[in-house]
Amino acid sequence: MPQPVTSRRNFLKTTGCLTIGFVLLSSSELLADAPKADKLPGSLQDNPRINAWLELLPNGRARVLTGKIEIGQGIRTAVAQVAAEELNLPVEAVEVTIAETGRTPDERYTAGSASIEQSAMAIRHAAAAARQKLLELAAPVLRLKVSQLRLEPGAVVASSGRRVSVEQLLGGRQLTEEVRQPAPLKPKSQYQHVGRSVPRQDIEHMVRAEPYYVQDLRFPGMVHARVLRPPSYEARLLQFDADALRRAVPGVLQTVVDGSFVGIVAEQEYQALRAQDYGRLHTQWSAGRPLPIDKPLPELLRSLPGTVKDVASKGDFTKAPAAGALTHQASYFKPYLMHGSIGPSCAVALFEPGAQALHVWTHSQGVYPLRESLAKLLNLRSDNVHVKGVPGSGCYGHNGADDVAADAALLARAVPGRHVRLQWSRDDEHAWEPYGSAMAFDLQARVNPNTGRITHWQHELWSDTHSTRPAGSPEKLLAAQYLAQPQLPKVEDDFSGGIHRNAEPYYQFPALQVRAHAVQGPLRVSALRALGAFGNIFALESFMEELAVLARQDPYEFRLRHLTDERAKAVIRRVREMVKGQKIAENEGLGLAFARYKNTAAYCAVVAKVSVDPGTGFVRVPRIWAAIDAGEVINPDGLKNQTEGGLTQAASWTLNEEVLFNAQGITTRQWEQYPIFRFDEVPLVEVAVLDRPTEPPLGAGEAAQGPTAAALANAVFHACGKRVRHLPIRPEKLVG
Amino acid sequence: MEADLTLLVNGQQHILRLDPETPLLYVLRNNLGLNGPKFGCGLQQCGACMVLLDHIAWPSCQLPVRQTTGGVAITTLEGLTRPDGTLHPVQAAFVQEQAAQCGFCLNGMIISAVSLLKQYPQPSEEAIRNGLFRVLCRCSVHTRAIRAVQRAAASG
Repeated sequence: MPQPVTSRRNFLKTTGCLTIGFVLLSSSELLADAPKADKLPGSLQDNPRINAWLELLPNGRARVLTGKIEIGQGIRTAVAQVAAEELNLPVEAVEVTIAETGRTPDERYTAGSASIEQSAMAIRHAAAAARQKLLELAAPVLRLKVSQLRLEPGAVVASSGRRVSVEQLLGGRQLTEEVRQPAPLKPKSQYQHVGRSVPRQDIEHMVRAEPYYVQDLRFPGMVHARVLRPPSYEARLLQFDADALRRAVPGVLQTVVDGSFVGIVAEQEYQALRAQDYGRLHTQWSAGRPLPIDKPLPELLRSLPGTVKDVASKGDFTKAPAAGALTHQASYFKPYLMHGSIGPSCAVALFEPGAQALHVWTHSQGVYPLRESLAKLLNLRSDNVHVKGVPGSGCYGHNGADDVAADAALLARAVPGRHVRLQWSRDDEHAWEPYGSAMAFDLQARVNPNTGRITHWQHELWSDTHSTRPAGSPEKLLAAQYLAQPQLPKVEDDFSGGIHRNAEPYYQFPALQVRAHAVQGPLRVSALRALGAFGNIFALESFMEELAVLARQDPYEFRLRHLTDERAKAVIRRVREMVKGQKIAENEGLGLAFARYKNTAAYCAVVAKVSVDPGTGFVRVPRIWAAIDAGEVINPDGLKNQTEGGLTQAASWTLNEEVLFNAQGITTRQWEQYPIFRFDEVPLVEVAVLDRPTEPPLGAGEAAQGPTAAALANAVFHACGKRVRHLPIRPEKLVG
Repeated sequence: MEADLTLLVNGQQHILRLDPETPLLYVLRNNLGLNGPKFGCGLQQCGACMVLLDHIAWPSCQLPVRQTTGGVAITTLEGLTRPDGTLHPVQAAFVQEQAAQCGFCLNGMIISAVSLLKQYPQPSEEAIRNGLFRVLCRCSVHTRAIRAVQRAAASG
């Protein structure tokens, strides 16, 4: 693995162990009928060696290395469970090292609900291969066959009780052989840890207020930085008086002005804060090009030039609808949404001048891509850039994490040899994070009233990309766009960015057209939990309900009739059971929605219960239920927690949230202007998990988002008869 | 500008030389090295920075440290843990209910719940919602947090 040569000492300090590789002979027995390597799970294909994923430690312990970062999804616990299972260890005996360049495998981004499917499955196979290899190493020592041996914590043991320790077998080395198929996975019937709700150990550290977050890092001599962002995207610096700032605020160590990038480094955090406040009042910026406000946003999106892609097309739309066919069309809209991390983005950076080396501590979802991006931004060799992942406040996608790391790196270069901690202000995060894209949708369908079946379905959408992650280039880092030599992101026709995720229905319709328009909207955007699936499922499942009402069909049966996948049907039936017996009073309603995330990941059916005040239009959400099938479940409580959170968060998006702007810039710059759910508004949520232990695990962390939005809109319709097609569902849309 | 101030934090007296206008949050985190109270907004809108001031939960991000001298008992999340290392019943309840994802808002929830239970040892669900009203949680573990407070109330 490449490591910054100049800072090996620091790596040893942080990792406490240096892996010494050695090559073992492959077992021909094991490889006899190995399928092709491309059948290996996820990230193993890129990092096939056992010791990329797993190290065996003294005293019967093990360390797992994952390229994913812990962002509150509980990945540490899940990968520890999987490794402990294959190695016959207690879960507590497995340490987990999260994303760090030069240390863990490069698994690109912690995104797309893929950490279990990729990282945990790679670790499962690596651990199984390690167990097998230890048995093979022990067999000649104990003069027994592999089949007569068993791995126990710290030793390989025979039924007679004879044993040889793992330490003895390895002699201080690690297993560097490649994991091959067929991996000798433990039979699921023998599982002790996988499939159980092993509690997350890190929650106890959190309640004890132990240092845990990137915000909690403290280094000797560490200084504090802040940036002065322009008042709007295209404003440019006219005047910044560094001398006046130093006279006004004590403790300012360094100011950096590079084009329109302005940063301040101070000895103490409160001094940096005061300097930022002073700078905001006394710095002059050009007005910049105004943001477009003459058209409503849904109309604006549809009018923008863009590129078109036919996502799906089958059947015949040229003939007029059959006599008696029910036809319907409707337009929907989803506004820009914030990630809204409770802790603003934060990073620590240290520049070592002699070595021309940069160290960055970050809660970025992709340490390796960030390393490449930072190296290019600062003109450093990428193997001289070390990026270590440290948990931060939950991000739910690509928030300011990468940007603040770039800010900190640029400022660290100005105070070499000192750790620079930079935490964005609330205003920085609210106004500059890359939002979840606004989207507009037009849907049309025909229903045969005799069969109650949809015969034709058309879904057309307009959206910005849903992914502008740095991905190894510098120009998507916010600061890069404001330097004297700016690096500007190219306009991309980006259909890989998730705009039509779940636009194609999981239902079976004879004739189907799905068309996506990729446009470039006015605001800075990137990946927000579920990407385009949130908006597409909101539109699709709202429209399904509209059609069910039009055709006088039961909403459950109407959906079941158009599904062929039994697992899809099962989650719908399960959620129906969960709400059986619910009493619906006047002005109350229940609403159903279903989706299979990405049409390939977890299945999720949601029912929301709402009450709508007929006088004020105020919507209360007392309960939301969900049934989810994510295949094999590693940790049922972890899956429930993720899904519960998804339900409530998506309910907040649906009822409360909308990024607003005027010609001069973003106007929702603090929580009072962007009111997410508080404790008085949140529903009580209940999640049923349909465990499928023999199926592969499916990404689940984003599965609840889209169905929740549609379930709420459908519930509101059933409560008060009003169909809201433009999010958020604000009270003013329900009165009059 | 700077002055000597005496603070009573988690039962210990500290004499610190600093700008008396510094918000308490920065003093707790940077001068005393505590991690419990966190910066979330600096606007008293999110509750991440909650501390107990004589048993009342209060945001520390805008509160000038000069107002918290004179024997005000400041308690942070760290100060809830008993000297022998056992958790306060509210801390324990949040662990037992696994009422966290990223955990950044846990400080505000636990501090608010301790304050609530001091005043109302057996709160209704509505009282819990009101008691935790100032705390924002984006991961949205609210249902679990409500259960955790109910569990703590039952255990106390």
